[in-house]
Amino acid sequence: MAERIFVGTHKGLFELARSGGAWDVAATQFLGDPVSSVLAEPDGAVYAALDLGHFGAKLWRREPEAGAWRELGVPAFPPKPANDGDDPHPWSLGKIWSLEPGGVAGRLWVGTMPGGLFRSDDGGESWSLNEALWRMPERRQWTGVAGGAQPGIHSVLVDPRDPADIRIGVSTAGVWASADAGASWRLINRGMYAEYMPPERREDPIVQDVHRLARCAAFPETVWCQHHNGVFRSTDSGKNWHEITAIRPSKFGFAVAAHPCDPDTAWFVPAVKDEKRIPVDGKVVVARTRDGGKSFEMLRSGLPQRHAYDLVLRHALDVDASGRMLAFGSSSGGLWISEDGGDSWTMPEIRLPPILTVRFSAA
Amino acid sequence: MPTVSFTRALERFLQAPPAVVDGSTLGEALAAVFASRPALKGYVFDDQGGLRRHVAVYVNGKPARDRVHLSDPVGPDDKIYVFQALSGG
Repeated sequence: MAERIFVGTHKGLFELARSGGAWDVAATQFLGDPVSSVLAEPDGAVYAALDLGHFGAKLWRREPEAGAWRELGVPAFPPKPANDGDDPHPWSLGKIWSLEPGGVAGRLWVGTMPGGLFRSDDGGESWSLNEALWRMPERRQWTGVAGGAQPGIHSVLVDPRDPADIRIGVSTAGVWASADAGASWRLINRGMYAEYMPPERREDPIVQDVHRLARCAAFPETVWCQHHNGVFRSTDSGKNWHEITAIRPSKFGFAVAAHPCDPDTAWFVPAVKDEKRIPVDGKVVVARTRDGGKSFEMLRSGLPQRHAYDLVLRHALDVDASGRMLAFGSSSGGLWISEDGGDSWTMPEIRLPPILTVRFSAA
Repeated sequence: MPTVSFTRALERFLQAPPAVVDGSTLGEALAAVFASRPALKGYVFDDQGGLRRHVAVYVNGKPARDRVHLSDPVGPDDKIYVFQALSGG
């Protein structure tokens, strides 16, 4: 099972490790600064994206052995053409919102607000905008997320069998696929519906607010989606989706984690739907299915069950490579860890800032 | 030659010492600094080369008039100060 957990918060990065049988903070970095994404690679390198309110998005790397952090090149948009004045979205990096390994040595993908996808082939030293996606006319139909004006790419799924086969999830623009390492893209999702849209647009793939995508590593055709108004599952790599109506205690939420080996197992952290965004009845629960979504268990052992108002954001739930260890963090700074697939949870004796992202180390 | 100084808040991330540079406009003076310290540019400008929305630039204690083209004239004794724009709290 994983030995390290990285927790990106509104006020810094926290690295947790076991200490005397309990999880505790082993190191801190970037105290005071928002950490929007973190990635811990198998070779021990750690990447952290900062979302500095005044000075923009930044990207840092900790070397595997030396343990020293240094700033990397940051993804940047090319000059905006003068004749592109009607583009509703800025050509400037707003936030690094997802950071994923590319399945090839040195390759990383970064999903951003305002919707640019960037690739590095040199371990994050330099970045190039995926022009094919950015220049698609449909991109101008993407809409903003969380009340903001900028859309964002929050999920980048690289097929473990083929690094050229990529899915991205966009808030708000559905699921897009490339079979050629990003040279071309298609909007692929069918079967989702957006209950808040006018009737004639409800099933339009591009208006679907996918909050988060997670795919089973061993059976990559299986992809789970926590959507704005429900949970959906695909067994054909994101093309066709069917709604999972058994989810309890509510169908709204942000986070989803897919079991790395079992395509029928996934975890969610539901909340009261959109205008409230708090746990149902003030009780934090994790919903787990082990039968492909036909039924769910409400996992509560060790989780607060009285006056708890913790919201779990889309990058704040993770499962390790064994499928037994899970961790999630909340907008109230709560952090819970399970070492038995979610049956029971413990909370380290620490109080953290609001949590944006939780990631196990792959090292 | 004008002097460009930066908020000490940047010291958490990179070195940003005061610099005496050539330049007859605010934009020229900042460009001269970034030519020798390219990493600093992204902290002050966005991807399109405009001032970041929450970065303030003052010349001799007064806000720069032209935040878009940075055309404010600067003289040899002028003091340019780059810092974070406060928005309350």
